[in-house]
Amino acid sequence: MAMNPEHDAPAGHDEARRTFLKQSSLLTALAFVPAPVVDAAAANLDEKVAGAIEKVPLKLEVNGKKYKLAVEPRTTLLDLLREELNLTGTKKGCDYGQCGACTVHVDGQRVNSCLSFAVMHDGRKVTTIEGLADGDKLHPMQEAFVKHDGFQCGYCTPGQIMSAVACVREGHAGSDAEIREYMSGNICRCGAYSNIVAAIQEVKNGGQKV
Amino acid sequence: MKAQDKQIGAPMNRVDGHLKVTGAAKYSAEYELPNIAYAVLVGSTIARGRITSIDAKAAEKAPGVLAVISHFNSPKVPGFDTAGKDPSQPATAGGPIKIFKDDKIRFNDQPIAVVVADSWERARFAARLVKAQYAPEKHKTNLEASASEAFLPTAAKKNPKHPMNDYQRGQADAYKTGAIKLESEYVIPTEVHHPMELQAITAHWEAPDRLTIYDKTQGTMATRRDFAREWNLPEENVKVIATFVGGAFGNALHSWPHESAAIIAAKVVNRPVKLMLTREQMFTMVGYRPYTWQKLGMSATPDGKITAITHESIGQTSTYEEFTESTLAQTRMMYQSPNVTTRYRLAALDIGSPIWMRGPGEATGAFALESAMDEMAFMLNLDPLEFRLRNYTDKDPENGKPWSTKFLKECYQLGAERVGWNKRQLKPGSLRDGEWLIGYGMGVGTFGAHRGAATVGAQLLPDGTVLLQCATTDIGPGTGTAMTQIAADALGIDPKRIRFELGNSSFPKAGTQGGSSTVNSVGPATQEACLALKDKLRTLAGAGNAAFASAKKEDVTLADGYLTLSSNAAAKVSYADLIKQGGDKAVTVEAKPGGEGQKYSMYSFSVHFAEVRVHELTGEVRVSKLVSCADAGTIINEKTAGNQMKGGAVGGIGMALMEAAHIDDRFGRYVTKDFADYHVPVHADSPDVQVAFVNQPDPHVNALGTKGIGEIATIGVAPAIANAVFNATGKRVRELPITPDKLI
Repeated sequence: MAMNPEHDAPAGHDEARRTFLKQSSLLTALAFVPAPVVDAAAANLDEKVAGAIEKVPLKLEVNGKKYKLAVEPRTTLLDLLREELNLTGTKKGCDYGQCGACTVHVDGQRVNSCLSFAVMHDGRKVTTIEGLADGDKLHPMQEAFVKHDGFQCGYCTPGQIMSAVACVREGHAGSDAEIREYMSGNICRCGAYSNIVAAIQEVKNGGQKV
Repeated sequence: MKAQDKQIGAPMNRVDGHLKVTGAAKYSAEYELPNIAYAVLVGSTIARGRITSIDAKAAEKAPGVLAVISHFNSPKVPGFDTAGKDPSQPATAGGPIKIFKDDKIRFNDQPIAVVVADSWERARFAARLVKAQYAPEKHKTNLEASASEAFLPTAAKKNPKHPMNDYQRGQADAYKTGAIKLESEYVIPTEVHHPMELQAITAHWEAPDRLTIYDKTQGTMATRRDFAREWNLPEENVKVIATFVGGAFGNALHSWPHESAAIIAAKVVNRPVKLMLTREQMFTMVGYRPYTWQKLGMSATPDGKITAITHESIGQTSTYEEFTESTLAQTRMMYQSPNVTTRYRLAALDIGSPIWMRGPGEATGAFALESAMDEMAFMLNLDPLEFRLRNYTDKDPENGKPWSTKFLKECYQLGAERVGWNKRQLKPGSLRDGEWLIGYGMGVGTFGAHRGAATVGAQLLPDGTVLLQCATTDIGPGTGTAMTQIAADALGIDPKRIRFELGNSSFPKAGTQGGSSTVNSVGPATQEACLALKDKLRTLAGAGNAAFASAKKEDVTLADGYLTLSSNAAAKVSYADLIKQGGDKAVTVEAKPGGEGQKYSMYSFSVHFAEVRVHELTGEVRVSKLVSCADAGTIINEKTAGNQMKGGAVGGIGMALMEAAHIDDRFGRYVTKDFADYHVPVHADSPDVQVAFVNQPDPHVNALGTKGIGEIATIGVAPAIANAVFNATGKRVRELPITPDKLI
């Protein structure tokens, strides 16, 4: 997978489409052949062909960089970020949308990236923890997490921070109780909850743009 | 920074905070290696028996699949055949599973094969195509059903002095003849550590006899030793990297089958292999806090003196490893009772091995002991705090030794004030706010102030900064931060000019991060290495400067590019000159405990006070206040230490109110398999936990005066909540977790 966003991924949109059409014809032809023969043929399909047929074109903007990708439809946004774009700040904690470690913003909304397929986000803008700071200048929420020690092991932290920023933007940081409710999708097993709430309160009350 | 501005005790921000909030901190599945492959485990669907066949044809032919490995085709792991040498801890008897070695199934979801492919998606898909046939045998997964077969641990049978042996002080089971007595049974279910980072490893054979693993482990040295033994390699040929560990709470204190599987897979496909468990697999193959049955008998005089305690427990272990923990330790030393009997037993079940989970056995035992203390106080019509004070011990009743330090009374006072203990009524159900019943409870915790040997390397770099290195890990407490503060004070320089590197087995050796022992052990090594470095630099400077040659090392200060002397303001040697001068500017220093443990009983202490609100109609329990106070010796960093205490308290809320892993005994398989059915505390479950430290140094554990925090942060929390629930409702719940069905 090409890491340089200026360039297309190896199997670009058009190439994948052409391969798909070729492959579809082959499958159409195979449909008229007796089943055992199809099985054998399917099993022996050249891997490159199989790889191409599995991939779907996807345009995505991640942290301000535009990507043209070809991904398997079953690839989650989380796995795409981590394994193909090497944006490992977004964490995998459960793969079931239950822990919030994978929280990113899609068009400004917080989502569990493990619960959505990458191909569902064609044309959208994704912001991950790596894209939150303004160059070397930390986002106020990142600053507040450091100051209030809103973490221990750090693994849930990117998800907590992405969720916290959205929580404030949504207007759901009106009180400690409201913050706790609207942050409950982000589990911190180290139990730094009190400090996370303090960090969010500081940002909310600080009046900085989030 | 002036030298007199002490860093120890200051609430310094974490040195790795920036990396953690920007996503730059790399955990074990996040290293970019060329040509990496992905491994997914296939687990057994029976709990006991044998594999008769594995059909891997479809999986092998699936796109992108590089290998399907099982005991039918696995390469020989040479260390698996070395009789009598079990490449893991903490087996007191038996040994860990030797993966893909034979056809035997010892627990449900035991890995029977690993599928390696060029992407997660392809490996996951292909793993589903692997079909196994079994010859099942009758399994046992229920502790109560196996209680009659419970046994004394083998280690205790072999060694009469082993702490797992039966203990008796005074008369055995004397509580039975007491005038005022109670006898209660307590159960804690299986709890699972569930750190947010799934267990993950990236295994890379850099040469046929050189292995590097990026691994989730609490001990880089222990992991290195285990896998060096498995592959019959010299230890220096194995490198373990664990720069960041996404929580562990004990579950990375053992080497597990998935790690062996990834290493085997990397050998077979001759590529770096990444393996990450699923959340469901986190229940089955990386340990848990064992389901434990306990019975506690206690007698007391009418004026509140305990006369006897008998505490028995049966904890579960696997059929292949005997896992033991100190469930009964607190009962032997916490209260002044002339007669104490403890009996510890194990029941071997067809499940994976347990492993110490935060505040390990002590947290389990404290639930029984501290609940019973509350029950007895109620029988005596005494305030539970007063009852504890009447049985306070000024020396260790287990061995008669003086405490190294004990400031538990001070903790009681701090906590009682903060929680508003004076509002507590002796009669349950006395306080309410509308439909919510309010209650107060307390629980005490203790854990040994353990210290081991540790070595730290320190060197002055040409830019005038100091680099420290140690193989220790940081699973979350802030080890690097605490060590930087200790080093800053020892060197007399700004902490920003110090870098403490850890999590690499190639660094100077340290023990495993467990048992609240890291600061106790690595802290003094850091301090001594820094002092030794200063002395070395002084000697170097002394070659051309008489003032330095005769100065004491304590007088040497490193500041602003110069080596200076506090005793002689005129004496000054620049780093540049020192560097030019050549010579080694590095030291490696080992620090070890002396004989302090022979003279003193060394423990950390904590007390937790809970205020709960219980809805009288629904039985919902909300912890509205939680105050945790600790006598943990010197506090190196108030901010990170406070955070650690808060986290332990939150863990205690989980233990008290929600956490339980359930097995369907018909199939011997967990039915809890994710966070939807295994509940852990979320933001909404956690109050603003208040923490107070006595912060008195213990002069005997080490020169820093630390005693350890990690375990006492959790030990005693669950009974504090259970006792508060009793105070609110009059209902005594002796089987955790306290779910609403037990209250309505």
